[in-house]
Amino acid sequence: MTLLTDKPRDHVDPQSTVGSPPEESRAARLTSFEVSDFPVPNGREEEWRFTPVDRLGGVFADEADDVRGDDHPADFDVSGVLDVMGDSLAPGQAPRGTVLVPGDRGAVVASAHCAEALYLKLEAEREYVEPLRVNIHGNGAGRLSSAHYVVEAGHHSKALLILDHTGSADHRGNLEVIVGDGAELTVVTLQRWDDDAIHLGQHDAQVGRDATYKHIAVSLGGSIVRVNSNVRYDGPGGDATLLGVYFADAGQHLEHRSFADHNAPHTKSLVTYKGALQGDGAHTVWVGDVLIRKEAEGIDTYELNRNLVLTDGARADSIPNLEIETGEIAGAGHASSTGRFDDEQLFYLMSRGIDETNARRLVVRGFFADIIAKIGVPEVVDTLMAAIEEELEADMGAAA
Amino acid sequence: MTTLEIRDLHVSVETDTEHKQILRGVDLTINSGETHAIMGPNGSGKSTLAYAVAGHPKYTVTSGTITLDGEDVLAMGVDERAKAGLFLAMQYPVEVPGVTVSNFLRTAKTSIDGEAPKLRTWVKDMKGAMEALRMDPAFAERNVNEGFSGGEKKRHEILQMELLQPKIAVLDETDSGLDVDALKVVAEGVNRVKEQTGLGVMLITHYTRILRYINPDHVHVFVAGKVAESGGPELADRLENEGYDRYVQAAAV
Ligand SMILES: Nc1ncnc2c1ncn2[C@@H]1O[C@H](COP(=O)(O)OP(=O)(O)OP(=O)(O)O)[C@@H](O)[C@H]1O
Ligand SMILES: [Mg+2]
Repeated sequence: MTLLTDKPRDHVDPQSTVGSPPEESRAARLTSFEVSDFPVPNGREEEWRFTPVDRLGGVFADEADDVRGDDHPADFDVSGVLDVMGDSLAPGQAPRGTVLVPGDRGAVVASAHCAEALYLKLEAEREYVEPLRVNIHGNGAGRLSSAHYVVEAGHHSKALLILDHTGSADHRGNLEVIVGDGAELTVVTLQRWDDDAIHLGQHDAQVGRDATYKHIAVSLGGSIVRVNSNVRYDGPGGDATLLGVYFADAGQHLEHRSFADHNAPHTKSLVTYKGALQGDGAHTVWVGDVLIRKEAEGIDTYELNRNLVLTDGARADSIPNLEIETGEIAGAGHASSTGRFDDEQLFYLMSRGIDETNARRLVVRGFFADIIAKIGVPEVVDTLMAAIEEELEADMGAAA
Repeated sequence: MTTLEIRDLHVSVETDTEHKQILRGVDLTINSGETHAIMGPNGSGKSTLAYAVAGHPKYTVTSGTITLDGEDVLAMGVDERAKAGLFLAMQYPVEVPGVTVSNFLRTAKTSIDGEAPKLRTWVKDMKGAMEALRMDPAFAERNVNEGFSGGEKKRHEILQMELLQPKIAVLDETDSGLDVDALKVVAEGVNRVKEQTGLGVMLITHYTRILRYINPDHVHVFVAGKVAESGGPELADRLENEGYDRYVQAAAV
């Protein structure tokens, strides 16, 4: 048993950034459909400073997908969404491009090189009982793949969409979501890639009046995964929940960025990301931006990120940014902490007869318990629990 | 009949800067059914003794022995000591976020017994023990020690002791932070387990008030890392009146 005496560093400072916004307002960030507007990042840019851009050359390329005859870089199994599939959308063909305008190099090349976006159109006032599912399977490491999905949830519809990524590719995927007034939409993106996959994603949603949107990112596999989940509102009363769970192993880079753009009054955002890290070079990044615009009175936002570092040699970066342009808000807060595995917890459990393996398992499961409860999608929860179990097995194996 | 035997125990703690000697030759024998009160000034090493018995890895035994019925306790891992029948009620119980009390207790019970307890009797036992300690049943679904008040944490320690049924228990200031009613409830709990299972108890305390409810067979004065004097219950009253000055001065020379 290794013993680390470090106490988890905890820092909770709601509203601490009031009056000290980041140097450049998030509102001023460039968005464009022009590839040339986004040069290939060199890693010194604020947005890319945590990402190992030197390993992203391929996925940044302004090139078409790596199609070899009938053999595509990735297969898209859409059998789970046939009922709601509309004709594919070309670049510029509405509603494509109405919500998502690329915000970085990965998104702009995805947009430029995906000629046919998958278009899912959910009927108004209809509840889809079965989950809608798109399975994306990469057919080979290093093969360039571009995707764009447009989801339009009619007013007062209710549905769950799961994007499940497996296999390997150099994948860049954009997701564009329009949540109609009063609709309830949950989108889950599962990153269960093989070890050598690369995945950049920009997921933008526009949440209608009194609509509820939940975006859940679960990142377990892949060499480099970077998923940006952005949300803004199309009227008052919208409620967005952005959740993320990740487990990084040796050498893995898992990055999640979220942006809640409160551009309408009486809107809500709750951002919660939790991750565990183990192994040499395991690296996770969470950057959570919240912008409360002048017109966004009476809004409520809270963002939280917690990381559990299980072994030496792993690193978690965690950066909340809260920008507030109006004083008339119901609530705004954030908390972020990165803690080492607490050996006092381990000792306490073991002193009750629980062996080390089970004690560690209890602690890690306990760490994820609240976010798993928030996810609330049994299918996803089961997948996630099994994956965490597997990660822990691997860790125990390595430790033995 | 079980015997915990501590012989000439020397323990040090590794700090960032030094190798600090805390226990300097502790001798103590605790048999089933006996209650030994350990009293001594702050910083004299009482908790260190408790942790050393439980096997906290921060504390290094530099010499001496601890045996349980002749078995070498120092060779056992932390969980093995619990399985062998040792229990430590901690001075500062640890919070474990996301792990419910009921899950924790069931996992611990399963580990100690080597098999999962029968669901029906287990639920009954747990309910009964909680009721006896006047713990709200809602505690079962709360996370271990998270947001518990000082007194609630201590009751939760005794709850574990009742359910896990150890042979020898070390209670490290279980009475601290308890109001009079809670003190009675906790003392009743300890006495109940003693009666039912013949538990041997090492009771670390600063106050004689708990000794009114849990009668000690032996009282030991603990000063500067070892037992300075041992006696019967009357020694506790003398300490209450005179304090530790006499011993501390003697230890300083
Ligand atoms: N982990 C540690 N690192 C540094 N010093 C320690 C550590 N643990 C104990 N000590 C020191 O060892 C000495 C004995 O501590 P211990 O907690 O055993 O005392 P105690 O008799 O239980 O005191 P109290 O009555 O206040 O509970 C103290 O001086 C304490 O500061
Ligand atoms: Mg103490």
